[in-house]
Amino acid sequence: KMVKGSIDRMFDKNLQDLVRGIRNHKEDEAKYISQCIDEIKQELKQDNIAVKANAVCKLTYLQMLGYDISWAAFNIIEVMSASKFTFKRIGYLAASQCFHEGTDVIMLTTNQIRKDLSSPNQYDTGVALTGLSCFVTPDLARDLANDIMTLMSHTKPYIRKKAVLIMYKVFLKYPESLRPAFPRLKEKLEDPDPGVQSAAVNVICELARRNPKNYLSLAPLFFKLMTSSTNNWVLIKIIKLASILLCFGALTPLEPRLGKKLIEPLTNLIHSTSAMSLLYECVNTVIAVLISLSSGMPNHSASIQLCVQKLRILIEDSDQNLKYLGLLAMSKILKTHPKSVQSHKDLILQCLDDKDESIRLRALDLLYGMVSKKNLMEIVKKLMIHVDKAEGTTYRDELLTKIIDICSQSNYQYITNFEWSVLLPAGFGLLTGVTWGCPLIPPHPLHRYISILVELTRLEGTRHGHLIAAQMLDVAIRVKAIRKFAVSQMAMLLDNAHLLASNTQRNGICEVLYAAAWICGEFSEHLEETNQTLEAMLRPKVTTLPGHIQAVYVQNMVKLYASILQQKEQAGDKEAAQEITQLMIERLPQFVQSADLEVQERASCILQLIKYIQKLQAKEVPVAEEVIALFAGELNPVAPKAQKKVPVPEGLDLDAWINEPPSDSESEDEKPKTIFHEEEQRHSRHRQPEIDEEELARRREARKQEQANNPFYIKSSPSPQKRYQDTPGVDHIPVVQIDLSVPLKVPGMPMSDQYVKLEEERRHKQKLEKDKKKKKQKKEKRGKHHRHNSLHTESEEDIAPAHHVDIITEEMPENALPSDEDDKDPNDPYKALDIDLDK
Amino acid sequence: MIKFFLMVNKQGQTRLSRYYEHVEINKRTMLEAEVIKNCLSRSKDQCSFIEYKDFKLVYRQYAALFVVVGIDQTENEMAVYELIHNFVEVLDKYFSRVSELDVSFSVPEIRLS
Repeated sequence: KMVKGSIDRMFDKNLQDLVRGIRNHKEDEAKYISQCIDEIKQELKQDNIAVKANAVCKLTYLQMLGYDISWAAFNIIEVMSASKFTFKRIGYLAASQCFHEGTDVIMLTTNQIRKDLSSPNQYDTGVALTGLSCFVTPDLARDLANDIMTLMSHTKPYIRKKAVLIMYKVFLKYPESLRPAFPRLKEKLEDPDPGVQSAAVNVICELARRNPKNYLSLAPLFFKLMTSSTNNWVLIKIIKLASILLCFGALTPLEPRLGKKLIEPLTNLIHSTSAMSLLYECVNTVIAVLISLSSGMPNHSASIQLCVQKLRILIEDSDQNLKYLGLLAMSKILKTHPKSVQSHKDLILQCLDDKDESIRLRALDLLYGMVSKKNLMEIVKKLMIHVDKAEGTTYRDELLTKIIDICSQSNYQYITNFEWSVLLPAGFGLLTGVTWGCPLIPPHPLHRYISILVELTRLEGTRHGHLIAAQMLDVAIRVKAIRKFAVSQMAMLLDNAHLLASNTQRNGICEVLYAAAWICGEFSEHLEETNQTLEAMLRPKVTTLPGHIQAVYVQNMVKLYASILQQKEQAGDKEAAQEITQLMIERLPQFVQSADLEVQERASCILQLIKYIQKLQAKEVPVAEEVIALFAGELNPVAPKAQKKVPVPEGLDLDAWINEPPSDSESEDEKPKTIFHEEEQRHSRHRQPEIDEEELARRREARKQEQANNPFYIKSSPSPQKRYQDTPGVDHIPVVQIDLSVPLKVPGMPMSDQYVKLEEERRHKQKLEKDKKKKKQKKEKRGKHHRHNSLHTESEEDIAPAHHVDIITEEMPENALPSDEDDKDPNDPYKALDIDLDK
Repeated sequence: MIKFFLMVNKQGQTRLSRYYEHVEINKRTMLEAEVIKNCLSRSKDQCSFIEYKDFKLVYRQYAALFVVVGIDQTENEMAVYELIHNFVEVLDKYFSRVSELDVSFSVPEIRLS
């Protein structure tokens, strides 16, 4: 360890030098920094606290640049314990930057912090509080809660303020401290010092955000503060708090009066304030109030009008920030008072053309709510222009999602024109510059939506192929009247698939083929040129597509094949039927050889089936009917929560043991003994030929002699010698046999076979359900082929062909309700703070 | 809730960073790089609020230095915007006409504020 003299110390780099050095070494920054880190490590080994502090200071800077400094944790603690304030400050700063709950040395800090908290120097206390807030852990919180609580009543407001603020962190980590601390916190609300007051408001605001009902009793106090305070920052917080309480109040009619009382001062503030942030906050809260009072409050429409007016002024303002905020607030109003916003549609459409992306996004959001049957097409047309302009940005993806969302919302209730929507994705499937074989169907009022979807696929590099495919499928399934058009478009897409398959940006666009293949296969009765489509699907280039798409191709090929077969047989054209079978047999092997498992399986199954059909055809047996029967029945959309809602069949007790529980006690006693005996026998059998009694005695003697002569050998006590004599007698050795057939009981850890049992039970339950479903399906009138695990509901009302969505309800198990509770996060720290403070 | 507070210059060098939620060290640099890229691509007449992943960025440019604050949905954007300005004014008072160099060299003082 190089011990540097004090003169040499002068040449140590301090932080300024470090920063300058880094600036000067722009090319080899990493090398320079690693050099500096080595120097720092040397400095940390010194005893001089000033040197250490300097080193830690530099480390903090390096940490900010992205270098890990957790190896220096102990040194940081040393610096924290310095008596000089400047050094201590550096220590705490470094700790606040790099300590976190995983740092093991944190518990060493507890006493140091406690000492600093009770220090006469207020700055020490202050820096300790500030630093602690960044790395407080549950243990630290528990130990220091009391100290901090007393500090809340310190004479100096500087300390009081900090103490109040850190209490929030303490509450989060150690919720039990909330109850005793709360009365003091309440006192601080009326503290003479505005800083402390503001701190208290902030803390309570945060607490109330998570558990509003506990703080309703404070409402009158806040009301008083709101009307009397002049500090804008405090006002913002108080108003925010009021809106939180209100939002909660809206759910339970605890404080409806609060809302009414608030409106007046809020509107006053809106009129009088010049601070934009305050205005914005007030507007937000008024909206919240009005939402909560939305039922039967006619005179409040004036307030809504006022808000909308003010927001319009904001949006029209040249300052982008205000525009943004105006749009944001408008979208909130939109949810409950859509009519008041409708009149401003022109303004919002204008905003769509804004250069600023954030504003455009906000405007998009708003439009989503303002769409109606009349303006949908106009809006989407405008959006499509934007999509063309926006190349390769997240904005474009956002746009696409929005377009699709807008069109599909509420089960397409605004679409008068589904064919329009099918064309969109199909159109997007092509490279730019390649024109469609067939002209886009002229704006016949019934074809719009599909056409948009087709166009959407024309965009290169879209990540939304999957989404578009899903949409197409959705539309085709749900709107029966559109199927013919959809099928024709999809067939065209399949024909031109070779263009898609060669596209480098395949990800999005190929997904469309997935949908196309399925639609053609499922609704093949609408196909005009079934043969042609089938051949398109059998092209060798198809094997270059991703596996899951090929799998769909294979499956749907068979559907097409079945329908062709039926056509030919009905027409009595046996040769054509055999021809098509032959074609399938020739082309399917290319799929059988696929690397993708699913494709391989499906293709081989189908190949065998078709070979069998060929044999039957040779014998002149009409097979078409049976082949068609394979695909009988409708596939309806299944609700996402359907699986969860499958009712447990009667007579199934999930908690009952499937097998008899093993009787642990018996087996443990018996088995070890038996094995033990065998072992023993084996032992003795094993040993006897090797070691002789006499041989042992001789060896022992020799060893003893050697040990006696060896000066370094520490003679052992006589008892071990007895054990040597006992070696052949295995009985006396306390060997514990671990019988692995009985589960090893590790206390506290779950046993693996418990899991095995659970799994067994679960599988058993699933199997029972499947059996029950199978039985149910057999009872159904139509003989269905068991493809999806879905139960059939009677939802196919055939509406008059005005392109209405036919299948709205998704399939669910019988008597299941569509709504469901969301799973709440069990580890939520805020849940622990849900303590009723009035008791 | 404020997630983080950054002062980054136009070249992408972080002058000051303060995270109020624990973020891994290597992720921090990535995050900062992305954030500054977003801010730099904006022009003067665009609004100061950017939607980034699942939170918002509020930024303000002062000469060559960007002050960026990441907030979540519950926070009043305008208030944060003014907070940034408040902060910069305080720095100005403390350093009397603060500049980027002051910020780089006086990191401990600024951090504690």
